[in-house]
Amino acid sequence: MNLDILWYLVPSVIMFCCGVYGFVTRKNMIAMLVSLELMLNSADLNFAIFNRFLFPDKMEGMVFTLFAIAIAAAETAVAIAIIINIYRSIGSTEIVETNKMKH
Amino acid sequence: MLPELIILGIFLIVFLCDTFTPDNGKKFLTPLTSVLFLLATVAIWIVPSCQESVFGGMYVDNAACKAMKCVLNVGAFICFLEASKWISTKEVVIRKGEFFELILITLFGMYLMISARHFLLFIIGLESASLPIAALVAFNKHKYESHEAAIKYIMTAVFSSAILLTGLSFVYAFSGGSLYFSDIAAQISAGEMSGLLLFALAFVLAGIGFKLSLVPFHLWTADVYQGAPTAVTAYLSVVSKGAAAFAFFIIFVQVFGQVYSAAWEWMLYAVIIATITIGNLFAMRQKNMKRFMAFSSVSQAGYVMLGAMAADELGLASMMFYILVYVVSNLGAFAVISTIEDRTGYVGMDDYNGLHKTNPYLAVAMTLAMFSLAGIPPFAGFFSKILIFTSVTGTNSMALYMLVLIALINTIISLYYYLLVVKAMWISSDAPKIESFKAGCTEKTALWICVLGIVFLGLVSYVYQYFVSSVGASALLSLN
Repeated sequence: MNLDILWYLVPSVIMFCCGVYGFVTRKNMIAMLVSLELMLNSADLNFAIFNRFLFPDKMEGMVFTLFAIAIAAAETAVAIAIIINIYRSIGSTEIVETNKMKH
Repeated sequence: MLPELIILGIFLIVFLCDTFTPDNGKKFLTPLTSVLFLLATVAIWIVPSCQESVFGGMYVDNAACKAMKCVLNVGAFICFLEASKWISTKEVVIRKGEFFELILITLFGMYLMISARHFLLFIIGLESASLPIAALVAFNKHKYESHEAAIKYIMTAVFSSAILLTGLSFVYAFSGGSLYFSDIAAQISAGEMSGLLLFALAFVLAGIGFKLSLVPFHLWTADVYQGAPTAVTAYLSVVSKGAAAFAFFIIFVQVFGQVYSAAWEWMLYAVIIATITIGNLFAMRQKNMKRFMAFSSVSQAGYVMLGAMAADELGLASMMFYILVYVVSNLGAFAVISTIEDRTGYVGMDDYNGLHKTNPYLAVAMTLAMFSLAGIPPFAGFFSKILIFTSVTGTNSMALYMLVLIALINTIISLYYYLLVVKAMWISSDAPKIESFKAGCTEKTALWICVLGIVFLGLVSYVYQYFVSSVGASALLSLN
């Protein structure tokens, strides 16, 4: 049983780490958004795994996952809209181009 | 559900009026929203609250939640007044209705954050509070800085939600299959401390810390505050931060209260010291007023968190009082900043040189706001700092005395940079850059509310008593 849950949990944690790594190193906003999606999906996966293996007679983790997916979609929609606006005004989606404010 | 229903009702009225009136009839939107909102605030405050729980206990309303919502409403109302001039300028007037709708929806989300007793409802509230703010930050469609600020805000917001969700997923592993605050608390206190729980707690702390811009999760603050329209910056710095602070307190005390000293006391201890100190040190070298207020608000968030450090009823009451005082002081400062920016376009600290010669009333209001933020008696900021310090030292532990000592030293450091603004306005001998102008009616009203709040909130002890009694009456800290 313990081995079983690890088979699912370890990929999920690796996915989270990939997301964090991608978010920090990628220079393109779309790629950063993809990395963020990876992190969010890893969290959703965690909920589903814990629900399935630890509390198989309850449903709260699954329901939470459904809501979290919907919320992630909303977040992506807003972020994409903002990226399109940036592309219109500077013609690029590279994150290095967006540091015009002084430090 | 009364406060939420009222806010949704106002949202629908504003939305319908915005959609179905001709474009030249939009003039009445600002007064309509402000008046409706004022009436709603009074209604929420006056109607006696009953202990009610809805959705199977997911949502709980009581006197303390009601008091928190009223504090947020005061901030949002002053923001409406401050924004009314900017929202009627040529670039944004076409989207006037959207501004009010988005703000009302974020308020609805914050209400849910405060009243949620189940993590699903809390996450929904948190997201509906933070996503519309990204749209608000990007509101100046023709200004590049607005977009840059918005992308920085949305990226950090999604990143922090991802971290928070991951933390919650590990908390869920301990919860016995339920995401109710009370069930999780019972399970955690029954089990023994484990490394994984600490890990999960650190993730939850980081996720909410991003929203509150606690150090080391504060890096987005300065750029977002600078690029966003000033009215939105004001809203972001007080109302959004206040709601996050309340939610932080409720979650950490209700869910993790049993493992307070074993798990998150020292985490929060380190974060508070870093937040207050680093916020102060960076604020000193800012020349742009909005960036300056950003770092000042980072440091103020550290003081607010002292209330969570106390983790008892007095801590919550003094935190509510601190945020109310912070609302009037910070919005007072922002009212002056946005008035001057609307008229002249200046936001640098050097542009304020000799302000008292041309605009003495604005200079007085700004001075009072700075004195209150710095905590100079007899203004309200002094009393809010005293109360929050006292609440922390209630337990007589040496470590907490040290924390208060560090916070006190930082208050003295903060005096330096707040007084830099006062010096520029009153003492600097340069010729004033900003010409004399008359502030509009709504701006004057906002400034008067803020000034009266700064002067009288501390002296009128009824306000603090009201918070203490509302917290006492609502058994917010007990775990059923």
